[in-house]
Amino acid sequence: MDFFKRHFLVALAAVLGLVVVAYVGAQTKLQILFGVVVPYLAALIFVEGLVYRLIQWARSPVPFRIPTTAGQNRTLPWIKRDLDDKLDNPDTFKYLLGRMALEILAFRSLFRNLRTELRKDPDNPEGARLIHWSYKWLWLGAIAFHYAFLVVVLRHLRFFTEPVPMPIQLLEHMDGFFQFFVPAVYLSGVILVVALFYLLARRITNPTLRYISLAADYFPLFLILGIGISGILMRYVYKVDIVAVKQLALGLVTLHPVVPAGIGPIFYVHLFLVCVLFAYFPFSKLMHAPGVFLSPSRNMVANNRWVLHVNPWNYPVKFTPYLEYEDKFREAMIEADIPVEKES
Amino acid sequence: MAKVPKPSELLPGISYQPPAKGWMDVKPDFRPGTYCNPAAPKWMEWIGYPYPQARSIPDNEWGLPDNWQEIVLQGMEDRLDRFRSLKLFFDICVRCGACADKCHFFLGTGDPKNMPVLRAELLRSVYRRYFKKIGRVLGEIAGARDLSEDVIKEWFFYLYQCTICRRCSLFCPYGIDMAEMTLLGRELLASVGLNIDWAMASVAQCYDKGSHIGATPQAFKDMIDFLAEENERITGITTTPSYNRKGAEVLFVTPSGDYFADPGSFTLMGYLLLFEYIGLDYTFSTYAAEGGNFGWFISHEMGKRLNSKIYAEAKRLGVKWILGGECGHMWRVCNQYMPTYWGEPVNFLEEPVSPITGTRFENAKIHKMVHISEFTADLIKNGKLNLDPQRNAHIKLTFHDSCNTARGMGIFEEPRYIINNVLPEGHFVEMPPNTIREKTFCCGSSSGINASENMELRMQGGLPRANAVRWVYEQYGVNHLGCICALDRATLPTLLEYWVPEMQVTGITEMVGNALIFPDEIERTTDLRDRDLEGFGEAAEEDAEEGE
Repeated sequence: MDFFKRHFLVALAAVLGLVVVAYVGAQTKLQILFGVVVPYLAALIFVEGLVYRLIQWARSPVPFRIPTTAGQNRTLPWIKRDLDDKLDNPDTFKYLLGRMALEILAFRSLFRNLRTELRKDPDNPEGARLIHWSYKWLWLGAIAFHYAFLVVVLRHLRFFTEPVPMPIQLLEHMDGFFQFFVPAVYLSGVILVVALFYLLARRITNPTLRYISLAADYFPLFLILGIGISGILMRYVYKVDIVAVKQLALGLVTLHPVVPAGIGPIFYVHLFLVCVLFAYFPFSKLMHAPGVFLSPSRNMVANNRWVLHVNPWNYPVKFTPYLEYEDKFREAMIEADIPVEKES
Repeated sequence: MAKVPKPSELLPGISYQPPAKGWMDVKPDFRPGTYCNPAAPKWMEWIGYPYPQARSIPDNEWGLPDNWQEIVLQGMEDRLDRFRSLKLFFDICVRCGACADKCHFFLGTGDPKNMPVLRAELLRSVYRRYFKKIGRVLGEIAGARDLSEDVIKEWFFYLYQCTICRRCSLFCPYGIDMAEMTLLGRELLASVGLNIDWAMASVAQCYDKGSHIGATPQAFKDMIDFLAEENERITGITTTPSYNRKGAEVLFVTPSGDYFADPGSFTLMGYLLLFEYIGLDYTFSTYAAEGGNFGWFISHEMGKRLNSKIYAEAKRLGVKWILGGECGHMWRVCNQYMPTYWGEPVNFLEEPVSPITGTRFENAKIHKMVHISEFTADLIKNGKLNLDPQRNAHIKLTFHDSCNTARGMGIFEEPRYIINNVLPEGHFVEMPPNTIREKTFCCGSSSGINASENMELRMQGGLPRANAVRWVYEQYGVNHLGCICALDRATLPTLLEYWVPEMQVTGITEMVGNALIFPDEIERTTDLRDRDLEGFGEAAEEDAEEGE
């Protein structure tokens, strides 16, 4: 089996395995395990893992100030600096916040994405030419996925709150605005799954992307797809007792866990996959989410020339001192009329 | 030396289709022309680098020390503890592939391991195997692999097919910077004796004598004096550079490329003329005779060992501030590292003030070093230079933003301002927007790999740049490529001779030198390269006669 198939199938098998475990487990009276123990365990692993990883990162210092500068830097006052220069080469904390906000909320760097291809061109002596063009599909797919996921997560807060706060109700209402089905179809769920299929499809169909992809890339895609699909099935096809689900959820957050009877197994599949996602998060590439806040090429003010950046482990190095150099070349320097410190 | 295939042979051979075999099973193909020779032991001994030994890549004599794995892994651990960037960049990549077709080496070779994401995976796979539990347990399926001799060879091959240009980091949604990983990876290679000769020789010479080319103090002075004489011959103006002069107001530091060879030397002639014109009280130093810093291409420490000489010399000479010439990586080092390397405020220097215009360079308040383009732009803006753009009428220019000054500093407008003031209107044309400014393509030979034995690789790496130059050549008849980088001036002529033979490479200050009108100059009939000016001298007189 080749590299791609191995990594693809292992990830797929892992997620399918998880689905089977939850499905079977939920029917064998292990609801306490899947409804209470696993969620608490997952939450614990998530929080501890996240804190551990952040501490691990934070423990290593940032010895040099290395922002990737993508706009005109601050020099002479009359040199033109547009807003995008200031945001892409931030000289003050204010613009740094702007740069980070754009990066985190709008995926600024991905928005810049280009596609480059070598195209046949008979007019060129070599018969081909490189063409670069703006390519926003990856940005669109990524932004659709992340925001849809965010809305889905926020929407789920209605299970954990009583009464449900106004903003959540509003969000839910807006999300279900298009009432072409009963119950109202949540747009976010649809976008989430479509975006996931896009992200998966590009990984599989683009040869270079397939070449670099690891099981660790497919696994979260399958996992979140599993979560999305099980959620959709639960809402629109295999209906579960929503009151009981809310009872379980409220029990979990109020630390008085209860397992009401009669929740369908599909719910436990959904919940179990969510738990796996939480537990997996701190040890995976999903850490890009907190990681981007710490990225030295993005989170530093480009003020190297007027604010000293101190390297905590800076140490003295050996270099040839001037006098040693002069000792070596003194006679020749005197002959060439180059001033010297010592005449002999 | 390996024969370089012709452009028409090279270009059709590029395919972005990866091989069928998984990347962990593909070994690097050390084909002559695609790799740099390992460093001669002599250079490593000069600077006290470990495991100096004659090595040969074709003979498979790599001569690694017995405990090389231990050294590399210890080195990696050490760097993970010292560089948050490394830890983070190892951990957070999602392999989205946005960086893949941004690398000029990938675009020029089609080798998937030149996609920044995969180049990084070459290192990450080892990190996962030895520093991550999941990699230790699951191995290949977790993207982990043993640190074998093949892996270290692969590192040597691909980390020297990265020019630290940061184009990938611009497009990365998390700002993952391959340059950072390449640099630290090269440090690991150096820790077991693997270095490349071209970079190492330059570093050793610079460490020992003061410049990469190994010029002795007297040779350094000779070369610059010769260029001053050339100026006098062409313009009638005596330019009088001084050397190691205490009490000068400004120490001028520029890369050796500017006094060593054409076309950089014309830029240096431009500096001399400019400084003479404004009466700048400046001195060269034979000790800090090198602005460039090949040391940084090898390790952060070596970068510091070479860079420290500049401040030390400024202190010894008692100058007020430092003026830096046109150079890319010199300015990346000066901007990103120099004050941090020094570690404390440089209180023996003053905040730079232009003695001609009185402009205070507040942006260099602690750095105490001004870029020649900032300095010149300020002079022009304040009307201190009498310029005749017609003297550059034979030049139709496009401007190459050097990767280092673009993405490691952000200097875009100053050179363009100068260009627009020294060229006649309509003589400056930009290359396509996706290939300039922050999105600029590297020359393909920076970061110490501008050797001759890897010429095929250099021509491949420079393809995207040359391809954009060809576009403006065909569309607008551009005949000069301007740049503010000495490495560009050293590497681009070779590149363009290969891809766009009609193109010349020029520094920006060279054109300033052409355009400057001195009150007491002789009649200018040629530019600094001895090429006839358009509309001046004999040709112009003949035109005038015909007119009558």
